Amino acid sequence: MKITLNGDARDIKNNSTVKELLDFLKLKSETVAVELNLAILPKNEYDNRCLKEGDKVEIISFVGGG
Amino acid sequence: MDKMLKIGKYEFKSRLFVGTGKYPTFQLMKEALEASGTDCVTVAVRRVNLTDKSKESLLDYIDPMKYKILPNTAGCYNVGEAVRTARLAREVGLSDMIKLEVIGDEKTLYPDLSGLIEATKTLVKEGFTVLPYTSDDLITALRLQDAGAACVMPLGAPIGSGLGLTNPMNIQIIISRLKVPVIVDAGVGTASDVAVAMELGADGVLLNTGIALAKDPALMARAMKQACEAGRAAYLAGRITRKYFMAEPSSPKEGILR
Repeated sequence: MKITLNGDARDIKNNSTVKELLDFLKLKSETVAVELNLAILPKNEYDNRCLKEGDKVEIISFVGGG
Repeated sequence: MDKMLKIGKYEFKSRLFVGTGKYPTFQLMKEALEASGTDCVTVAVRRVNLTDKSKESLLDYIDPMKYKILPNTAGCYNVGEAVRTARLAREVGLSDMIKLEVIGDEKTLYPDLSGLIEATKTLVKEGFTVLPYTSDDLITALRLQDAGAACVMPLGAPIGSGLGLTNPMNIQIIISRLKVPVIVDAGVGTASDVAVAMELGADGVLLNTGIALAKDPALMARAMKQACEAGRAAYLAGRITRKYFMAEPSSPKEGILR
């Protein structure tokens, strides 16, 4: 199914959970934050929250800055 | 012994806040942060880079047990973007402090002051410890304090300019009138700029480029640390009054051989 991930169209496995997406991307949940359709997704929902076709997902992290 | 710097519910031993941007390598950044003696580092919030295969991440080089993490909202040009970025930063789970930037102009990176006050009110209500990056305007600083900001961070000069404190009088006016700490943020080019800010009575200084782009970042970081301590000590010691158009000899006027 298609989702929009960080602004780009992306094909992912049907009914993936957010945790599965992070694992696939090799991202650690403790160093990122996730926004799903413009609402923050609490970390304790990563395991159970299934993504749907057309979802807009933003995954952010910290980078160098002043 | 100097007292700890208190911003909101957080206490800091060092009065230097150091950014993590622009270093040639993560390793040089790590060495510079150590040399600076800081216990609070700023970071930016960005979409994770999904094409970068190196898998090296900033947080591999910053120990959150050693440094308090201060995420910023750099690059945000309106209240909505800044608030959204702040919420995401907090959700990472390392800090509820936010260095709030609402930028009003791309060329100077001067803050949008009305937007900044509005965003401060919103985030304070949501329980954030808000550290707003502001201009050197007293009235805005007072409004930010009223809005619940944990400190105010007036700019010494435009971000990354290295010009030092271009209007020390305005900074001094802000320091003399605010109850919350005043951290001079931006514009520091070299160690003496930090010393000047601290001698004026600033509670701290935040800088990034001055260290990160120095030829030897770790050595410059050490210089900044020493300047911060020297400036603070000079402020606490109480400088002598300036005397214009006359000298005052240090040696006795009596007993001179004639």
